[in-house]
Amino acid sequence: MKVRYSMFRRWVQAGCVALLAVVMLGADPSARFNKIGHQLMCACSCGQILLECNHVGCPDSDRMIGELRTQVNDNSSDTPVFNWFAAKYGAIVLAAPIRGGFDNVAWITPMAVFFMATVGTGLLVRVWRKRNAPQAVVSAAGSIDADALRERIRRETKY
Amino acid sequence: MQAHPMPEFGSFTLLLALALSLYTLVVGSIALWRSRGQLAVNIDGVTGRLGETARRAGIGSFAALSCAAFALVWAAFTNDYSVSYILHHTNRDLNTAYKFSALWSGQEGSLLLWAWLLSAYGFVLRIRHKVDVRLSAFASTIVAGIQVFFTLLLCFAAPPFAIEPGPVAQDGFGLNPLLQYPEMVIHPPLLYLGYVGFSVPFAFALGALMMRYPGEKWIHITRRWTMVTWMFLTCGIFLGAHWAYSVLGWGGYWGWDPVENASLMPWLTGTAFLHSVMMQEKRGMMKNWNVWLIFSTFLLTILGTLLTRSGLVSSVHAFAESNIGVWFYTFIVIAFAVCLFTFFKNRDHLKSENTLESVVSREASFMFNNLILLAACFTVLWGTLFPVLSEYVQGTKVTMGAPFYNRVELPIGIFLLFLTGVGPLLAWRSTTLRTIRRNFVLPGIAMAAALVVLVSVGLRPWTAGDDWQSQTFSLVTFTLAAGVITAIAAEFLRGAAVVATQTGKNLLASAVLLVRRNTRRYGGYIVHFGIVVMFIGIAGGAFNQNTEQEVGFGDSMTLGQYKLVCRSYSQDSNANYDTEFALLDVYKNGKKIDQLNPEKRFYHASQTSSTMVALRSTLASDLYIIYEGKNPDTDRPIIKVFLNPLMNWIWIGVLTVVLGTALALVPKMTRQAKTARAEAPAIEGAVQHV
Repeated sequence: MKVRYSMFRRWVQAGCVALLAVVMLGADPSARFNKIGHQLMCACSCGQILLECNHVGCPDSDRMIGELRTQVNDNSSDTPVFNWFAAKYGAIVLAAPIRGGFDNVAWITPMAVFFMATVGTGLLVRVWRKRNAPQAVVSAAGSIDADALRERIRRETKY
Repeated sequence: MQAHPMPEFGSFTLLLALALSLYTLVVGSIALWRSRGQLAVNIDGVTGRLGETARRAGIGSFAALSCAAFALVWAAFTNDYSVSYILHHTNRDLNTAYKFSALWSGQEGSLLLWAWLLSAYGFVLRIRHKVDVRLSAFASTIVAGIQVFFTLLLCFAAPPFAIEPGPVAQDGFGLNPLLQYPEMVIHPPLLYLGYVGFSVPFAFALGALMMRYPGEKWIHITRRWTMVTWMFLTCGIFLGAHWAYSVLGWGGYWGWDPVENASLMPWLTGTAFLHSVMMQEKRGMMKNWNVWLIFSTFLLTILGTLLTRSGLVSSVHAFAESNIGVWFYTFIVIAFAVCLFTFFKNRDHLKSENTLESVVSREASFMFNNLILLAACFTVLWGTLFPVLSEYVQGTKVTMGAPFYNRVELPIGIFLLFLTGVGPLLAWRSTTLRTIRRNFVLPGIAMAAALVVLVSVGLRPWTAGDDWQSQTFSLVTFTLAAGVITAIAAEFLRGAAVVATQTGKNLLASAVLLVRRNTRRYGGYIVHFGIVVMFIGIAGGAFNQNTEQEVGFGDSMTLGQYKLVCRSYSQDSNANYDTEFALLDVYKNGKKIDQLNPEKRFYHASQTSSTMVALRSTLASDLYIIYEGKNPDTDRPIIKVFLNPLMNWIWIGVLTVVLGTALALVPKMTRQAKTARAEAPAIEGAVQHV
């Protein structure tokens, strides 16, 4: 049993290495440069993405693009590149909060709120449906006045 | 001492507007208080006459604010640089149309525009008071309260007629070059019409709650107000997006800037309100929810105005930081407190008449639509304010740019697109399995067919590498769009077939008759169709391409199917600006199809430069060319070219949305409708006596 588990682990490791090799071989440096460059902001206070900054004579974008080229060539993964820019220009240079810690709150909160709202709506619907069941019986018994019923049908079939 | 007759007249009219608005608020409140417990106002009594003077004072405030707005425009046209605002936002050589737009190009002027538009809406409301005298009196008093806030700001915190100290300057500092573009003459007024307009349904909702208005007639009264306002806001937002696309020269149209977000938030809650209010109108449901939706929409418009002006968040669109933020905080707190107090005092009046009977029903789809729209609104608000929160918690400001919003908002958008198609196919109360089968078979087939076609023509996210996310979004959007468009078309065809059977007319004539019989319903479908077309355009963004190159005479550059050849580059000058431009021949498949000239302008008065994008727009794609400037070493222009697929679909979608909304605003155009209208007073009378 132990041998079989060990064999399985080996196969998984080999698979991961092969997958990584395929991914790395297929990695296009210019696509990576483009991708990272669209996740950084220009530091000239223009509020634009680094590779989209179009100011004539911008004091920062050309230098930053050069630095990005160097960092992309020097680092095989993206995180050290982002860390280098955040260390030099401050966290504001990152186009989205991706440093971990409190930055995670930015991503988690909308999803959590959406999830809670969906659950809340679901619960509300359940409560309403339960409450609705006996009312339907009363309606069927004909306790609703005919005029009111007619008015309700008119309103509900108007458009 | 130098006399400044027009600025003094302007300042006087602002003070007069403040006095009249205050009178409408105070005396209107007294009149309503004295007549409490009555459903109708007797205009012959003392209380009625008092209320009538308040109404007329409200009308007078519109006249006073119109005079103030006229005085500022007059000062701009006559180059009156004794007025500080005119000095800082115009110059002598400014084009006439842009002198007019100086009214909203700065802090003080745009606040005056806010106040003036609000008084204009108030004017219409007060003129049409006979639709329901007492409810209109409540709404008029509430609008007057908002007017008091804005006129106070104009009189004491941001006076547009402040006199520049010292000798009068010979020329002004000019208008921001980014605003010197035809769309900028209409974009801000439309956006403001949308922003300000939500004050009216808010006032009606708050007034109806205050007076414990019986029935849902207030919704009928405010429906047109809300739709018109929503239409203006839609136009304003997308004109802004089109302006950003055509002028800012970065190849995109929406940057998730805090000021853009500020306009989107009330649009999202307003859209939710427009849907949710139908449940109240038809089934007497969601009354609490609707009241809070319209309260939130109004408060978000004020919050948006605050964000633009307080310096709370940094934005390229924001006006200079100023001290008026405190005024806005105070007003938001007061407005929220009034809403909260009124709600708790009268919440027993908002009991639902019905409850949800089935999860597979129109009501449930509206609930989920509201959930999605509010989740989108919350995400935008969260993203806008998170930098402030981050600075407070960890001492460092962070950026919430496009990567954040694209990742969070796109899935929400796709879900919304799905509901756009599904919602109208469900019946009120409960949908049977047979109806589901009948309504969903065709859209399902269309989606499956679209998916197969898209994959076979090469849209395969799993082979797109780093672009897999955007391509997945596109694939899902195009597939869903096929389903939703089929669903909408099937609805039209089904209805037209029934009419054709009844009348013996052909299918097209029957479809026209169908729309005329129920403008509201089919106008709504057209709006949904427009939204789908917009989504298709947005999804096209996944295939954007761009390239940048320095070009000399005769040099060429290629992007997609297009080849650009530089014919010449030169410079020119006029009284307002200097310009540098390149003349580029555009070839497609070896054939010359166009000549474009991107340029860069340098404005003398403001000493700033601006891009003039050259654009060749077709249904398939936009060829978007920017003159980036000259390389100082070679003195040759640097040209950046974007190829943006399906961009035009966004603008066509917006036009369709506007047309659909306009159609939904038109009363039914058949004899049957006229008969119904003739009966209406009797029904309304009955409502009055409930």
